[in-house]
Amino acid sequence: MQRNNLRKWSSVFGAAAVVAFAMPSSAQQTKYDFETRMNIESHVGNITGHAKDAKPDYRRYCVGCHGELGDGNGENFPWVDPKPRNFQLGVFKCRSTPTGTLPTDQDLFDSIGRGFDRSNMPQWSTFTKQERTDLVAWVKHFSPRWVGEKPGTPITIPPEPEVTPERIKAGREVFARVQCWKCHGVLGQGDGPSAATLTDDLGRPIAPFNFAEGARPKCGDTDKDIYRIFMTGLDGTPMPSFADNIKPDEAWDLVFYLRTLMSQHSKEKAMAKQLGLKPVDPNAPAGQQ
Amino acid sequence: MSKTKNFAVVLSAVVLVCCGALILGQKVNAAGEGKITGTVKLDGTAPHMKGIDMGKDPFCSKAHATDPGKMETYVVGSGGGLENVVLYITEGLTGPAASQTATTEPVFDQKNCMYTPHVLALDVDQKFKVTTSDQTTHNIHPLPNPMTGNIPWNQSQPPGAAPVEKSWKAPEVIPVQCNIHPWMHGWFVVVKGPYATSDSNGAYTINNVPPGSYTVTAWHEAAGTQTQKVTVAAGGSGSANFTFKAK
Repeated sequence: MQRNNLRKWSSVFGAAAVVAFAMPSSAQQTKYDFETRMNIESHVGNITGHAKDAKPDYRRYCVGCHGELGDGNGENFPWVDPKPRNFQLGVFKCRSTPTGTLPTDQDLFDSIGRGFDRSNMPQWSTFTKQERTDLVAWVKHFSPRWVGEKPGTPITIPPEPEVTPERIKAGREVFARVQCWKCHGVLGQGDGPSAATLTDDLGRPIAPFNFAEGARPKCGDTDKDIYRIFMTGLDGTPMPSFADNIKPDEAWDLVFYLRTLMSQHSKEKAMAKQLGLKPVDPNAPAGQQ
Repeated sequence: MSKTKNFAVVLSAVVLVCCGALILGQKVNAAGEGKITGTVKLDGTAPHMKGIDMGKDPFCSKAHATDPGKMETYVVGSGGGLENVVLYITEGLTGPAASQTATTEPVFDQKNCMYTPHVLALDVDQKFKVTTSDQTTHNIHPLPNPMTGNIPWNQSQPPGAAPVEKSWKAPEVIPVQCNIHPWMHGWFVVVKGPYATSDSNGAYTINNVPPGSYTVTAWHEAAGTQTQKVTVAAGGSGSANFTFKAK
């Protein structure tokens, strides 16, 4: 009886020890084989995308720039600027998720449909929603990040308040305080003191967005899109996330002020004209714009 | 009967001690732990470090009005001591010492438009803080290779911003830069196990090394890497001096 008990306990302890020692090494192993990749799915709304279904579309429409291996090194690479995205890295500009996290399937779906202004990526709205969702899964299958890592939690955007002259003025203060003008310039023309030396993560020169030339921001041009751009940052570029340093309410003020810098007609622009708003003064002391 | 019983008792005792060691971590090891010490030197004339023109940002140039900033690729102290060399163990670590994570939380500060320290050594999963002491906006932008498991991120730190707390998942030498001030360039050196960084005289001490035989690697951003075999006795100290040739 005693002997049996001892035996039982020693085996329990032994098993516990094996588990305790084995854990650190097994936790680091992630399975990433061909099978796992091809079975990657994507979910947009109530549509489910399958990586293997997107292969023909990818090989016909995408491979020229993004390459067979998804490394952005297709045959058009030398002539395309900005350079095609390298899907193997799993780093994306347009996200609803915080900096350093994976985008959601919806984000990738939107990017395919929207295209990227001032680049060679057209709007692929010609694909059906099912095809686009399949392509999202195919884009994901190139990077090991999608195995074992989940997309970040999308940032919360409060409902858009009414535009008022006070909000535009407050937005101007935020523009000055977090020093957007360092790269974008005091008039938003992309000519700030640091603009000339900017490079992307792969060391290639990159220009800050010029608000005044009438272009659309790459990650969408609704007020919500602009809010998202500076609160998540554009990963892979010099544009950082300001989520820790701009409060949600202030962020809307900044969106309204950025509208006044754009050449397109807008309510905000008319208000700024009425206010006689001047560009921020980089040499003014803090809080005295 | 008695043989089996003895065996079972011994086994449970061993397992209990092992579990205790796992739970208590460093405390149990502390008695027998040794260290590795030494100095890192640069042989020959220290390369000339270019001055930095910070004219584009009035705050930065004012901060360096009396002491012009210069590149920090080679920082050589008296007697040729080489600063900012990371020393860590590449072979020989086993058991709990290999899986422990350092519990201190080092600070990587942005001060007078330079990184302090220029090189920050870290354990895998060790938390660290990025702070700013400057009255100008910085963006802190580490550039790891995403294929290693470390994910690049990019956060702004305007004047008075709260510290950013982060950690890295895998061993890697990660360059970090500020896009707004292109001269700002530093390193996160993420290693597994105990490590040390050489001081202004080139001296270093790797603490918390259990007794054993090890390969110690010295890493410098421009001079490259060197390795040496070191043996540490229980509670004693091993020694390894490195000399890099000036290029």
